[in-house]
Amino acid sequence: MRAVEAATTPLLPADYLDLFAPLRSGADLRGRIVSVHAETADAATIVIRPGADWAGHVPGQYIRVGIDVDGVRQWRAYSLTHGPRADGHISITVKAVPDGKVSNHLVHHAVPGTLVHLEQATGDFVLPDDLSSRKLLFVTAGSGVTPVIGMLRNLFPVTDEGVLMRGFETPRSSAPQPPTGGTRGSAAPQPPTDETRGSSAPQPLTDETRGSSAPQPPTEGTRGSAAPQPPTEGTDITVVHVAPSEPDSIFIRNLRELDEAGAINLVARYDDEHGVLDVSDLAGLVPDLVERTTYACGPGGLLDALGKHHEERGLELFTEQFRPVTVAAGEGGTVTLEKSGVSVELDGSTTILDAAEEAGVLMPSGCRMGICMGCVLPMREGAVRDLRNGEITTATPGETNAGGVSIQTCISAPAGPCHIDH
Amino acid sequence: MTTITRKPENPTAHLTPEDIEQIGIELDAIRQDVIDSRGASDAAYIRKVVDVQRKLELGSRAVLLASVFPPAWVAGTLGLSVAKILENMEIGHNVMHGQWDWMRDPKIHSTTWEWDNASTAEGWKHSHNQVHHTYTNIVGKDNDLGYGIMRVDEDQRWSPFLLGQPLWNFVNACFFEYGIAAYDLELGKNLRIPKQKRSDAFKRNAKNTLNKIRKQATKDYVVHPALSIPTGSFLPTLAANFTANLVRNLWTHSVIMCGHFPEGVETFEKKAIPANETRGEWYVRQMLGSANISGSRAMHLMTGNLSFQIEHHLFPDLPSNRYAEVAPKVQALFEKYDLNYHSASLPKQVASAWHKIVRLSLPNGWLAETNVKNAPKQVALLYKLSTGGPKVRRAYDAMQRRAENQKRETVAA
Repeated sequence: MRAVEAATTPLLPADYLDLFAPLRSGADLRGRIVSVHAETADAATIVIRPGADWAGHVPGQYIRVGIDVDGVRQWRAYSLTHGPRADGHISITVKAVPDGKVSNHLVHHAVPGTLVHLEQATGDFVLPDDLSSRKLLFVTAGSGVTPVIGMLRNLFPVTDEGVLMRGFETPRSSAPQPPTGGTRGSAAPQPPTDETRGSSAPQPLTDETRGSSAPQPPTEGTRGSAAPQPPTEGTDITVVHVAPSEPDSIFIRNLRELDEAGAINLVARYDDEHGVLDVSDLAGLVPDLVERTTYACGPGGLLDALGKHHEERGLELFTEQFRPVTVAAGEGGTVTLEKSGVSVELDGSTTILDAAEEAGVLMPSGCRMGICMGCVLPMREGAVRDLRNGEITTATPGETNAGGVSIQTCISAPAGPCHIDH
Repeated sequence: MTTITRKPENPTAHLTPEDIEQIGIELDAIRQDVIDSRGASDAAYIRKVVDVQRKLELGSRAVLLASVFPPAWVAGTLGLSVAKILENMEIGHNVMHGQWDWMRDPKIHSTTWEWDNASTAEGWKHSHNQVHHTYTNIVGKDNDLGYGIMRVDEDQRWSPFLLGQPLWNFVNACFFEYGIAAYDLELGKNLRIPKQKRSDAFKRNAKNTLNKIRKQATKDYVVHPALSIPTGSFLPTLAANFTANLVRNLWTHSVIMCGHFPEGVETFEKKAIPANETRGEWYVRQMLGSANISGSRAMHLMTGNLSFQIEHHLFPDLPSNRYAEVAPKVQALFEKYDLNYHSASLPKQVASAWHKIVRLSLPNGWLAETNVKNAPKQVALLYKLSTGGPKVRRAYDAMQRRAENQKRETVAA
């Protein structure tokens, strides 16, 4: 290998191999869009053929996808909406949200053949290995249904013929096991030990996060001919699905079919019909609540209430939180230099470089006028304003590049709190 | 040429401070137009260039495996030369300017790029992006004015050593990448410092550069020739790689000379630049301190769009593929404010730059004053200036300057 590198320096052999086989084993993880199924006018399922090093996933997990929109690499996290498929493809279902840069691109402009960048599946919102004779309750709200639909489709192959699993007899036995090392942290096939995930966890499923809880219409395109097959052993699943209204209810047709086939017991709750769900009513909706293990996914408010409710009653709860993160651009803010351990409070007109140097931090710098790129540092989180033209650059963990977004500190002022890797 | 403030007629004298600020505003608007319309087609452009360049390099190196056959040698050497030129000019130079950073693609980013060159990306970004682009054409601050080994401005002091500068310049052109590496390290200045007193930064940079040179040389002069051994093409491949590097050096050197050296490009006095130079003033300095090369699209591509040196210096971080569309707007602005938009063909600019290097290898005014009739007298004067020491040269300089002032007064009258 060293010898090959000597022949390609200053590039790496991979830089040349990528020209011909970007999905090969050993390459950075990428995928190619195989098909885009329009689900409704503003939602689509994107089927992706992942690269050779794709380590597989467990239903309920999510992936980060990097896609170039208007030439700019954007990263977003989406739930995988299929269990492991026989054809080895993976899928995400995306709803175009108003002003959503990535979601609109994926739904309306993504074309088969496009290369996308991927990270291995992650997330510990997954079912236990042994489901036989277990009683489960899924509580989902809004797009919180997406990881759950991945689990249900895996258990009951209503969606397409590519699904491997047929009931509960051999759950996940032939599905690829997720890796334990690499870029994945907490992902493991067993349920999480913490009852709720910390708030520092990445935000799955969100596109532009404000729109993340926006309802999605039911899917059509992904449904295949396979009939629902009830579990052969005594697993008992109730799904309490909450949505603003019935037409806005995501995947409602899938859920109904499962309900009609006897695979699940669906309790659909619509705000416009039944009023906003009060968790204390849950026992009324699900009479055998105390016997069930609850998996909940939805907005933070619901999960907090559910956590309190279950804790008081000593019930088992696993949650996946959709934490809406919006980087609101303002004027000035606190700049945190993470490695230096320095925080400075700034107005909207002082450059980060000047302020950090003032605070005694040794900063990389150059021309101090934005032309030499000598001061570029990664911003992990936050928003800055380009003082030359007012342009805002934001970095949202879990959405932008894993390493952060590079900013020029000499022409950038904070537009809100920002964290810089320096 | 002499610095703008010492000229008989300052080409910016007719501009009011308001004009200069207005120029800044108008150029900012041109820049913003491009920024607002950067998008997928620009990204596709640079990816395409990278793709073509890498495939051309691979193909050429493959052909060179059989370079014992003359046609293969010629084709492979030609392809490799073009690939290396593209790599340095349209890709490396521009990526390291951050022109493609907006794509947020870590593989095409100023912070991660390393180029096929003797100088390290880090060192080059400092000496080129920071020093040269910030202090463009300020005598004494911009080392690109002669790279520290040549005199390219009347206001740089003449010494007998400079008589050889046409020769140095030619040698520098042949080994340009090493010249640039030495220049980035400020090798001349640092070697004069006693070894133990040299800065840690210099030692680190020198180590990195040597490491880079070793890797580069191993690739071109060991690994690839060795791969050609099975066909008996060791020596031909070695020669091909050397030739490709030579061609690339000569080409890039010529293009880069055209950027700031042709006659008529303005230079600036350090003391005439205000400490708080405004954006408008900075723009005007870039406008007058650069020169373009006219030509075809292929020419622009092969020069890394440095044929649009004026536009590049105004907007060093705009994607290179957009300079062509910006150029007419910039030129219109020059006309509006009655400034000289310096553009000519490559042969003209190269000849002009070489003329200046020859002219300034001699004392100020010497070449202009020499004709067949006074040649012996002038040679004698040159001998006297070369051997007479600094005092004699200062006296000559003062005499030249008096003559210059007289001329200026005549013009004013």
